[in-house]
Amino acid sequence: MADDVRSMTAELVRDPTSLVFLRLGEVLRAEGQADAARKVALTGLERNPNLADAHDLYARILVDASELDHAQRVWESVLQIDPRHQGAHKGLGFLHYSRGDLDTALDHLELAVAADPTNQNVVQALQAVRNVADSLPAEEPVDAFAGFEGQDRGILLVDSQGRALAGRVVTGEGHDGTDAVAAHLAGVTQEMVRTARMLKLGDWQWLVVEGTDGNAHLTAPSADSLLFVVRGRDVPPGRLALLADHAGDAARTWLAAQRP
Amino acid sequence: MSDRFKGILDAITRVRGVRGAMIVVWQDGLIVSDSLMEGVRGNAVAALTSSVTKYAEKVMLASGMGRLQFLHLQASNGVLLVVATRSEILVVAIAEPSVNVGLVRLELIRAAEAVK
Repeated sequence: MADDVRSMTAELVRDPTSLVFLRLGEVLRAEGQADAARKVALTGLERNPNLADAHDLYARILVDASELDHAQRVWESVLQIDPRHQGAHKGLGFLHYSRGDLDTALDHLELAVAADPTNQNVVQALQAVRNVADSLPAEEPVDAFAGFEGQDRGILLVDSQGRALAGRVVTGEGHDGTDAVAAHLAGVTQEMVRTARMLKLGDWQWLVVEGTDGNAHLTAPSADSLLFVVRGRDVPPGRLALLADHAGDAARTWLAAQRP
Repeated sequence: MSDRFKGILDAITRVRGVRGAMIVVWQDGLIVSDSLMEGVRGNAVAALTSSVTKYAEKVMLASGMGRLQFLHLQASNGVLLVVATRSEILVVAIAEPSVNVGLVRLELIRAAEAVK
């Protein structure tokens, strides 16, 4: 091994543009010569800034030094150069697995296997992570408005295209009005935005509507969602606004938890 | 504007922060009468109010909350307040965002009672 290091070092001295630095860095890593490996990798990167394998080598050296966030950025930069780079996908799979993000780990490992299905190390890594994921209990679906009074009949969260995200609306006769309300909310919101803009009222903040049989409150807990809360006439609009405020907090928390 | 409608709308516009008030035919957004500060575009207010209240009533009917009676659109620079009468007339106020909504609502309801 020491002879290998010497011969590769000599080759680099003779020809500083040689790609032998990739093997040399790997051997130094294996020997635990972290500082020397890092120096070789960085020198190689200076000469070959667009060489994906050089970045991959450097990322593995960073992992050895427990600089995981830095390694992640480097591997992500590798994928900018070569979106199918097996080493980068394998490395990112390892990083996400170590953080408990099995879904993202599996995504990267599957891409790594797709890049070279004959690489048994990667195939085995993918199988091992799949086994771990399969052994976990399925996550219970979380109700966005659990514990809210009227959660099963008078709170509805929809996306900007009028599709229900959480909650439901049930009419006094017991009919499920969720889909119809969700569809109409997109229209009313477009009209509100148009009205507020053309009348120079600024950005809309909320809408309260009192009806003959109940009151409704509409807000936007996020840029791409709408929250509709309805109650009978016995709940005055001011109290309805407080309910909607609390439901808005719950909706924001739920929406944040849904994002990958 | 007839004296009758002028008196009705003046009671609304006397509330501090109200920029204008009007009586509108709900179905087509035509102005029956208005009392607006300079710069407030009456035709736009009437047409947009007619439209947004129609959409809002669809939502109310779909959710089993019945026919629209009062609408309050709060925005960063102003508010739109609307009372609908049984005879398909809208009484509308446009106001500063900090206006006393409760007071304007009362005056709008009084006006709606008077015009129906």
